[in-house]
Amino acid sequence: MGFREKILTRSLYVFHVSSGSCNNCDIELLDCLTPRYDLERFGIVLVGSVKHADALLCTGSTNRMCVPRIKLLYEQMPKPGFVIAWGACGSSRGLFKDSYNTGAPLDEIIPVDLYIPGCPPKPEAVIGGIKKLVEKINTTR
Amino acid sequence: MTIDEILQKLQERFGSNILKVYKKNDKRAYVDIYPKDIVEFTKYIFKDLGLRFNIASAVDDFDALEILYHFADDASGYVISLRALIKEREDPHIDTITTVTKSAWWIEREIHELFGIHFDGNKDLRPLLLPDDWPQGVYPLRKNFVVPKRDSRKS
Amino acid sequence: MSHKAHIPIGPYHPLQEEPEFYKLVVDGEKVVDVDVRIGWNHRGIEKISESKSFDQSIFIVERICGICSSSHPITCVQALEDLGGIKVPERALYIRSIVQELERLHSHMLWLGLAGHFIGYNTVFMWGWKYREPICDIMETVTGNRQNYAMLKVGGVRRDIEKEHVSYILTRLDEFTRHLDMLRGVVLDDPVLHARLKGVGILTKDEAIDYAALGPTARASGVDIDVRRDHPYAAYDRVKWNVITETAGDVFAKTVVRILEMYESVGIIRQCLDRLPNGEIDSNPKDILPGEGIGQAEAPRGECFHYIKSDGTNSPVRHKVRAPTYMNFPTFRHTVVGQTVSDATIILAAIDPCYCCTERMLIVDRKDKELFGVQELIRMSQDKTKSIKESMGF
Repeated sequence: MGFREKILTRSLYVFHVSSGSCNNCDIELLDCLTPRYDLERFGIVLVGSVKHADALLCTGSTNRMCVPRIKLLYEQMPKPGFVIAWGACGSSRGLFKDSYNTGAPLDEIIPVDLYIPGCPPKPEAVIGGIKKLVEKINTTR
Repeated sequence: MTIDEILQKLQERFGSNILKVYKKNDKRAYVDIYPKDIVEFTKYIFKDLGLRFNIASAVDDFDALEILYHFADDASGYVISLRALIKEREDPHIDTITTVTKSAWWIEREIHELFGIHFDGNKDLRPLLLPDDWPQGVYPLRKNFVVPKRDSRKS
Repeated sequence: MSHKAHIPIGPYHPLQEEPEFYKLVVDGEKVVDVDVRIGWNHRGIEKISESKSFDQSIFIVERICGICSSSHPITCVQALEDLGGIKVPERALYIRSIVQELERLHSHMLWLGLAGHFIGYNTVFMWGWKYREPICDIMETVTGNRQNYAMLKVGGVRRDIEKEHVSYILTRLDEFTRHLDMLRGVVLDDPVLHARLKGVGILTKDEAIDYAALGPTARASGVDIDVRRDHPYAAYDRVKWNVITETAGDVFAKTVVRILEMYESVGIIRQCLDRLPNGEIDSNPKDILPGEGIGQAEAPRGECFHYIKSDGTNSPVRHKVRAPTYMNFPTFRHTVVGQTVSDATIILAAIDPCYCCTERMLIVDRKDKELFGVQELIRMSQDKTKSIKESMGF
């Protein structure tokens, strides 16, 4: 990983997109920002526009209507950038893989760097996952 | 008003227009009616007797399509369901009840796009849930629609 | 002819990116019309349920909505029990009530936090969510998970409440009640909030009945309905509690109803723990016979309704799911017309929309010119509170 990626891990600006989720993962994400878990002390901040983001955080089981939008958001995210697949639905569409309204799994639409499984993943799992991503970036040449 | 009282009132009011009454217990009853009478029944149950409209649920019975209209009496604690059987599967029609109550606004749109049932008199039957590029004439909740299996080796 | 402009309202969670939820037609500052198109969250759950067994259906409906995570399973198992006339042991009924009420507490507190964020009281947001954590801890201790509890099964519950959990639950509830007292004072006695929320987004009683509105949205307009009392299930007819109603029908009334309901929930949980009978937690039914069943339960947002039809095989023939927000959402069209744009987000938040239960909304209009995005609308709402504060001398 280049110098730019390593710098990003100091303070990750994250943009959140949901492609059809039950909102559990989204609530747990907001929970990570509240006083008990407080991700902001690690420098992780949620941003309002994908153009300011270092990482794209995707929840939800890739609803058909959302697939083109996810592609567009990934293209708009300034590179280098990371993609985090959050939850069982983000990793593989979870229970909804047999639905008529679900598209391909997320990693067949955009390249994914980190999977955080769980339904929903606990905030501790999220913190652990981000730590793994940071380690992966820092140790990869 | 108990469930027996309302069933009796419906019998007195609509008599031969009721095909069948099945009282399951003190909390559940199913009344079979002709599709053409649904507006009259809804007017009586919703407006005159003051029951609450729960929802309408459509079922694909292979030889017919049926719509169940569920009404709840909160004062006495029971649910009455009107069953309207529509025999014409190719071009199913039934009158809209949105003239009686606004609460049927969304469910008629949903049943129209998922089952293909047309609600006569409802000018707003645009798709509610399915994507814009969903093929016309394909109704996902009908029994002849099988969800295609995706081969995950191909993208 | 005045210029009509179209403003999109963004997602429920300010941090989610989903454009084109709502587009309001505005005339100057006033909202003139609103239209509906949803589908961003439609996952075809009813069709999936037809290909799964009854036991598996319960896990699917649990993931309809993360916040009403026990309401849909309770409704689903009650529909199956109604279908087959299956009896549930007493202990299981009490445990069901306890789980339901704990969920109501966490949901209303979550709502309070989000509503606080929309009107610019970010401290209420942070503290509300912080003080919601004891409830999540109780859930984790009793059920094993903070959110998707997997507690329900046909004929009973999956896990028991152990003796040593009871004192733990009561201690954390005491902690929760203290914080609730503090937040209640902050929210209900604040003159700025009175000025901001009273008279905003009024839903009259007649309209609430015509739209068949449910839950706190209806109760704040004077419609006295509550599934727990009207169609009793679980252990609600075995404990004493009150249905909270208000008459004003505005956003403030909806806030009051939710806050006071939290106190009632704490009371119900205490009574249930006190009276928890010994015995089995599962009646172990073996077959689901052919027939039809209807289940109802009072989710934090209103009545959940499931209809299940079975033909004697192991999968449902038809599984109809109706979440409360499905009936409450159309009232938004009625309550927002005539109001100002800066109030639109809080009027929407007041019905506590659970998008995942309903699917997201898109309001399409003739022209597609975007004026403001979601962040702008929330900021406008927060700015309005600030200006009211300044005008009152705070």
